[in-house]
Amino acid sequence: MKLEELAGKCGEWLRGSGPDSDIVVSSRIRLARNLADYPFIRKCTGLDRAAVEKTLRDRFAQIAAFRDVTYVDVNGLPDVDRQFLVERQLISREHADSDGARGVAIDPTEQFSVMVNEEDHLRIQVMHSGLDLQAAWEQINRIDDLLEEQVTYAFHERLGYLTACPTNVGTGMRVSVMLHLPALVLTGQIEKVFRSLHKISLAVRGLYGEGSQAMGDFYQVSNQITLGKSEAELLQQVGEIAPVLIEYERKARKSLVHERRRELHDRVSRAYGLLCTAQTISSEETMQLLSSVRMGVNLGLIRDVAIPTVNQLFIHTQPAHLQKLRGMELDTADRNIERASYLQEHLKGGSTAEGTEKN
Amino acid sequence: MKCNKCDKPATFHITERVGGKEQWEELHLCEDCAREYLARPTESQDAEAAANALLQHLQIGRTADELAKLDKLACPVCGITFFEFRNHGRLGCPHDYVCFQEQLDHLIANIHGANTHTGKRPRKSSRSVDKQARLIRLRRDLRDAVHKEDYEQASVLRDQIRELETEVT
Repeated sequence: MKLEELAGKCGEWLRGSGPDSDIVVSSRIRLARNLADYPFIRKCTGLDRAAVEKTLRDRFAQIAAFRDVTYVDVNGLPDVDRQFLVERQLISREHADSDGARGVAIDPTEQFSVMVNEEDHLRIQVMHSGLDLQAAWEQINRIDDLLEEQVTYAFHERLGYLTACPTNVGTGMRVSVMLHLPALVLTGQIEKVFRSLHKISLAVRGLYGEGSQAMGDFYQVSNQITLGKSEAELLQQVGEIAPVLIEYERKARKSLVHERRRELHDRVSRAYGLLCTAQTISSEETMQLLSSVRMGVNLGLIRDVAIPTVNQLFIHTQPAHLQKLRGMELDTADRNIERASYLQEHLKGGSTAEGTEKN
Repeated sequence: MKCNKCDKPATFHITERVGGKEQWEELHLCEDCAREYLARPTESQDAEAAANALLQHLQIGRTADELAKLDKLACPVCGITFFEFRNHGRLGCPHDYVCFQEQLDHLIANIHGANTHTGKRPRKSSRSVDKQARLIRLRRDLRDAVHKEDYEQASVLRDQIRELETEVT
């Protein structure tokens, strides 16, 4: 499986088909694991890293269920390809930007990826569309078991799975949901939500895991604590808060429709109009506008385009995706033009029905 | 409005929570500075915050000399010093959780509000943690022997490593 083959598809987690997927974009679980007989990454020499990578690659090949999984040598990838994997959420930005022997094993349906030599030797990640934590957990638990048959994990009787950073020790598990909360942003309630989440030990981050509020109104809510609670309890912690946040967002959307309908309709229509006609547009502006459009579609104010298309556009208008789809390197100015052209092509002229069928 | 970090116009307005309290900091950045700012790995921010909290705790009831002595503590397996750890928030090997236990226990209790794992355990009984730590140490010694061009010693070490590797896996 070449990276180019992935480019045209829509990542599993963006299909927009899972439960409550108008607000919950995806559910993600990550497990951190280390081999017991090597130092943690920080104290690994180049040889150690190479040895860890080779060991893990060989072991992956022994797992029958990994038959179709592709291993990518991240260290050997050109920048644009690394960026591509980050945009698809298959690797973290840290993994893309660091040095030394490292890679990632990718499932062809993009439901899971296993990073090798990121902050820990192994970072297993599973992503499902919509609110689907239990199924995601069952899948990642199985993968963890399969890997554990092949290697010996660093594990401490009292402290649990040992990780490079004590913030991950114990279960080594990060459970998160990615939520689209444009109405809570518009009604000025998002900061109140942040604060109440922090009080119950949940972390909130902007899209792609940064601490900002600017990127398209997408927020990732995850557990902060990894030790002292079982995996089931952590799943519950995040799983219980999701419906509450969904309800807040739905109420905020309802109030916008009732009290500021004209203003809202104007806002989403202008966003749609701009995306359809701009000749050059930045990825940041695109995210903002697509976020409005996405809400507009969810509320039935925009009927010209479907959610899967909007979801797809979020990814395909990112810098590396544009270049991969075009098949050549582009600088910022050219990308902005290419982006505008891509948006027009996919938003106008009834391409939506066929577009989604092709996917 | 100008970017906080350079002279270009600010197009990003970011609100960050400051230090765990209900205080907010507003940043105004241009596209490029924003991209750079947002690309910092957030988990390393957590680790830095935890490391700072640890330092504050360590300083209580300790003189600068005592702290300096603590900082020189090194793991016999991987060689990382306590100072290196608390500077970067990253440990060097599994054995660190044993040799820095006292300080780490405090840090862990601070971060997680607990100190005992109640979740999943590996199916395989963790065979000889000591052997695994020995392996890490032997590989490190091998690297040093090669560095010193002591090839006889290196050869001895290599054999020991090979033997242990087959035992452990």
